[in-house]
Amino acid sequence: MRKKRKLSRGVALVGAGMSQFGMFRDRDSKDLFLEAFQAMIASVDKGLDPADIDAFYLGNYSNDFFVRQSHWGAILSDALGLVPRPATRTEGACASSALAFREGVFAIASGFYDAVLVGGVEDMSKGATEVVAEGLGMAAIPYERDVGFTFPGVFGTIATAYFDKFGASREHLMNVTIKSHDNAARNPKAQLSATLEDVMAAKKKRAESKGRTVPDWPDPKAFLRDPRANPVVAWPIHLFDCCPISDGACCLLLVGEELARNFTDDPLYVAGIGQASGRGLHASEDLTTFEATRYAAREAFDMAGIAADEVQFAEVHDCFSIAELLHIEDLGFFPAGHGYKAVEEGQTRLDGSRPINTSGGLKCKGHPVGATGAAQIFEVWTQLRGQAGERQVPGHPRLGAAQNLGGTGGTSTVTVLERR
Amino acid sequence: MGSRCLPCQAVFVPPRALCPRCDSSAMEWQRMDGRGKLVAFTCIAIGTPAMLKLGYGRENPYCTGVVELEEKARVVARIQGVDTRNPGTISVGMPLRVDFLREDGGSGSRTVLAFKPLTAG
Repeated sequence: MRKKRKLSRGVALVGAGMSQFGMFRDRDSKDLFLEAFQAMIASVDKGLDPADIDAFYLGNYSNDFFVRQSHWGAILSDALGLVPRPATRTEGACASSALAFREGVFAIASGFYDAVLVGGVEDMSKGATEVVAEGLGMAAIPYERDVGFTFPGVFGTIATAYFDKFGASREHLMNVTIKSHDNAARNPKAQLSATLEDVMAAKKKRAESKGRTVPDWPDPKAFLRDPRANPVVAWPIHLFDCCPISDGACCLLLVGEELARNFTDDPLYVAGIGQASGRGLHASEDLTTFEATRYAAREAFDMAGIAADEVQFAEVHDCFSIAELLHIEDLGFFPAGHGYKAVEEGQTRLDGSRPINTSGGLKCKGHPVGATGAAQIFEVWTQLRGQAGERQVPGHPRLGAAQNLGGTGGTSTVTVLERR
Repeated sequence: MGSRCLPCQAVFVPPRALCPRCDSSAMEWQRMDGRGKLVAFTCIAIGTPAMLKLGYGRENPYCTGVVELEEKARVVARIQGVDTRNPGTISVGMPLRVDFLREDGGSGSRTVLAFKPLTAG
């Protein structure tokens, strides 16, 4: 029934830029988006005249709720000087800008447009934490929310199912967190650009300056086991298993494949795209896998004509540490139940066989939800072009993937980019 | 209560009007016996706004989970009568029985689907 998908016209990525991710009291969506847009223009090797952009697709989950303003496609289009060209906003919870990317790909593949700006933005930090949690909760399944489930609660539940089925434990989640911090420390745009050793040193220094007892953690795991340093949020999920609240924006420039060399001698090509929908906790027969991710991965890899093990590195949706374990299995990088062992063995580290979340992931790079899908693709762009500096995946990789999840598994997308 | 699809006999809780397996809308009501086992769970220290208002929090976490009913349908529910401050004492697979709760849902009193261990009084 499922047929192999293909684009009727090839699509290339020729520019990408992201803003600093963080919590910014004095910068709004427009400021952050302009920063990303200017960074994207600067990234186009042979230059871009913004007048050549035909249309704009923007991923934004819920600025409506977070800052009480909707209609960001048109607002940002005006700010960028793109008026009267069309602006379209997509919403797929935390996968909103991955959906914008797909719409941009389709618009070019159809021949309707030649150059499309794809963006993502979210401004989450202006309200109290409870407001943010309530806003994110709007993407959860009402039936689950009504009995008291939170987002960390859903992922905590998934974690107990995973632990029970495969014999993993909290210690294995810690390995994911430690790696994310190690990578983010090499990413200057990351919100939490620090190793856990850095975090521990800062906390010791603070205790010292305030005349408090200086905590004595021999290593990062001891720090993560300390309930004062790393309190429980929704057992077994603790604070350091969770991504932060973030503001940020990202911009990507897509063009028809035959036009790519007008913009750069080093374009990337969209080799495969996949998207699928999934169901809630109670309707899922197996809580240790995301059905939507497995389907989206198959679709994307089939379209690219590759097997999962040909993907050399990937950004995956680690909103909570446990999600990274499920996704690296659902993508086919490791067999079911082996993801936690692969992480423990260091296979997903920068120098491992399959580096995962080289950017620091959502956990440390930050998760401005509407910007995340585009920002994952930004990282794949940066790695494939050999521009990742201290966090560069060795061996000049040719194939990289990004996987973006919306809600608690309701939407999942997989994008494969290729350097030819 | 749930629904049972007449052609394919699949059971759904909460009830569905349309069977996602066979697309049939021929459904009958099905009463559940209220027994099942714990499939997965969490103990939430930072709860939803409604739960915080009820006094739950860091010092008093609440447990929610997925329960597989004897009728094979799965539900999400509150889990009562377990030690939420020591989640290691709660085990996947433990037998449960239904124990409906009445509580303030923010806009008035409502019934919440809850279970407790079969062994509890």
